[in-house]
Amino acid sequence: MKVLVTVKEVAEVGDDFAIEGTDIAEGDLEYDLNEWDDYAIEAGVQLAEAGVADEVVALTIGPERSEETIRMALAKGADRAVRVWDDAIEDAFLDVETKVGLLEAIVDEEEPDLVLSGVQAADDAFGATGVALADRIGFEHAAVVNDLDLDADAGVANVRRELEGGVEELTEVDMPAVLTVQTGLNEPRYASLRGIRQAQRKEIATRDLADIGLSPADVDGALTVTEMYEPESESDAEIIEGDAGEAAGRLTEVLREKGVDA
Amino acid sequence: MADPAVLAVAEHRRGELRDVSFELLTAGRELADAIGGELHVAVISGDVEAHADALNREGVDAIHTVPVGEEFDHTVYQGAVEELVDAHDPATVLFPNSVNGLDYAPAVAESLGVPLVTDAIDVAYDDELTVTREQYGSKVETTLAVEGDRYALTVRGGEWPAADGTGDAVVESFTVDVDPADSGARVQGYEEVGGGDVDIADADVLVSVGRGIEEEDNLELIFDLAEAMDATVSSSRPIVDNGWLPKNRQVGQSGKVVTPDVYLAIGISGAVQHVAGMKGAETIIAINTDPNAPIFDIADYGIVGDLFDVVPELIDDFE
Ligand SMILES: Cc1cc2nc3c(=O)[nH]c(=O)nc-3n(C[C@H](O)[C@H](O)[C@H](O)COP(=O)(O)OP(=O)(O)OC[C@H]3O[C@@H](n4cnc5c(N)ncnc54)[C@H](O)[C@@H]3O)c2cc1C
Ligand SMILES: Nc1ncnc2c1ncn2[C@@H]1O[C@H](COP(=O)(O)O)[C@@H](O)[C@H]1O
Repeated sequence: MKVLVTVKEVAEVGDDFAIEGTDIAEGDLEYDLNEWDDYAIEAGVQLAEAGVADEVVALTIGPERSEETIRMALAKGADRAVRVWDDAIEDAFLDVETKVGLLEAIVDEEEPDLVLSGVQAADDAFGATGVALADRIGFEHAAVVNDLDLDADAGVANVRRELEGGVEELTEVDMPAVLTVQTGLNEPRYASLRGIRQAQRKEIATRDLADIGLSPADVDGALTVTEMYEPESESDAEIIEGDAGEAAGRLTEVLREKGVDA
Repeated sequence: MADPAVLAVAEHRRGELRDVSFELLTAGRELADAIGGELHVAVISGDVEAHADALNREGVDAIHTVPVGEEFDHTVYQGAVEELVDAHDPATVLFPNSVNGLDYAPAVAESLGVPLVTDAIDVAYDDELTVTREQYGSKVETTLAVEGDRYALTVRGGEWPAADGTGDAVVESFTVDVDPADSGARVQGYEEVGGGDVDIADADVLVSVGRGIEEEDNLELIFDLAEAMDATVSSSRPIVDNGWLPKNRQVGQSGKVVTPDVYLAIGISGAVQHVAGMKGAETIIAINTDPNAPIFDIADYGIVGDLFDVVPELIDDFE
């Protein structure tokens, strides 16, 4: 069985940041492996270790910079990686439909039996790519999975879907399937030194639009960012000033007024 | 019946309509007015007649009841919505941005070939649809212009008020071809998680800890503070994901909703799914090193500072 894990390098804004037009100033962004995808990689690697999966392939849509992140997936045990990028993508806003088109092309090449993606990307937080991809490639799916028990012989994945308010739904999903992985599904490993060394020798294949039979028109999505700004505060928080001792003193007063430890 | 500007799909679970269904009516009416047209509502599976009664509130023009199956099944919901869109041609299909909404709305959008915007917190229409949403862990808001003449939108819970009043919607039963027996994802049952040592929902004062605590061993500091303050310890999700605290301590969308007198958030950024569980607290206090952390947007008092400096001082003051 082949497992394909979609992996995104997400941008995080630092404590101080500036907005330039409809973007965050490039210098104010830090990049990291999407938290949800870390759990998806771990799930794939555990299937390989259990002898259920023969190969785990990481797939990303991202610029050259994101190879650093995809190497993390390789260091944690993915066998190889595919990175899709093109100059034409650079200028586009990657909406869900556009990403699905790019991911589909690689699914067609790789023919996985199981696709693991994250519930959401921490930066854009569309929370939609996995389920939309499933529809496009004709796979079954389950969103927000926090427990997975794969019965490869029966061709089903028994999953728990984490609903709101501490309720879990137990569902039997036909394979092939796309599962969107929720944090807490497992304990993602840290990359070992050996893993990091091995990752240097693993393949990251790169594909541009021409390689996958698409044209720039295929990445011209329907969404355009027209504004970006800092949200207005809903409350008027009193920010307590002073050094730690002074601030704690004032906060203690406030808390006692509210009846704490009275 | 005219073609609707908006078709909103209600959500229910185990016999109960969820709050977001009534909020969808408000968002849907707003958008239908802006586009110019009717607001239709679809209610699929379960006791559709009773649900239709409850959803018949001011501003709703028509309700389509789809009596097939009992509980949410994404194959059924997707099939039913696609057949409804075929029959009634709405400009916008509106879904809740819930765990189940995100289990089928993206598939519907994909299969209809219409643009999808999720987790909308505001919508406007002026010849073109624009949607406001958050990015980068709620640190910025963006407005997106959406091309085309049909859209799929999921709306965030708690952003629009619930619709009220009594409506005079036409209620019509809608027969669909989709059969739950054919679903490739079959729901076997539900389980309630949680239980355990304490019920954080009962506490008057919660000291809540997030990823800013860095290491499991540092939790001791938080327990010391809670003891000094005579408070109960709760947490954000990563603390529970790491196995440092049991699941029944988690505040938020997938944990508990709490409404204590005082909620002291320590090293918690204030992600929307966390805030969903605590925004009803009487007094919210945040300690965070990041002055832009979204938790400060809903806090009444804040200290911009390092918890490892502030918390020991607080313990001293209370002891
Ligand atoms: C479907 C779904 C359901 C979810 N359900 C929940 C839920 O029920 N509950 C929940 O909490 N989350 C939930 N989440 C996760 C949520 O999106 C966030 O990932 C999570 O709330 C972040 O937790 P945090 O604030 O502790 O961590 P982070 O976002 O990493 O924030 C840590 C904060 O600590 C601050 N900090 C760091 N060091 C210090 C220091 N020394 N002193 C003071 N401050 C410091 C940082 O500035 C930062 O603001 C859910 C997500 C999804 C997709
Ligand atoms: N650029 C990308 N490259 C690879 N996978 C992605 C990308 N964007 C999103 N995904 C996958 O889709 C999941 C959900 O992302 P989103 O729908 O954007 O919130 C992520 O956790 C990833 O697994």
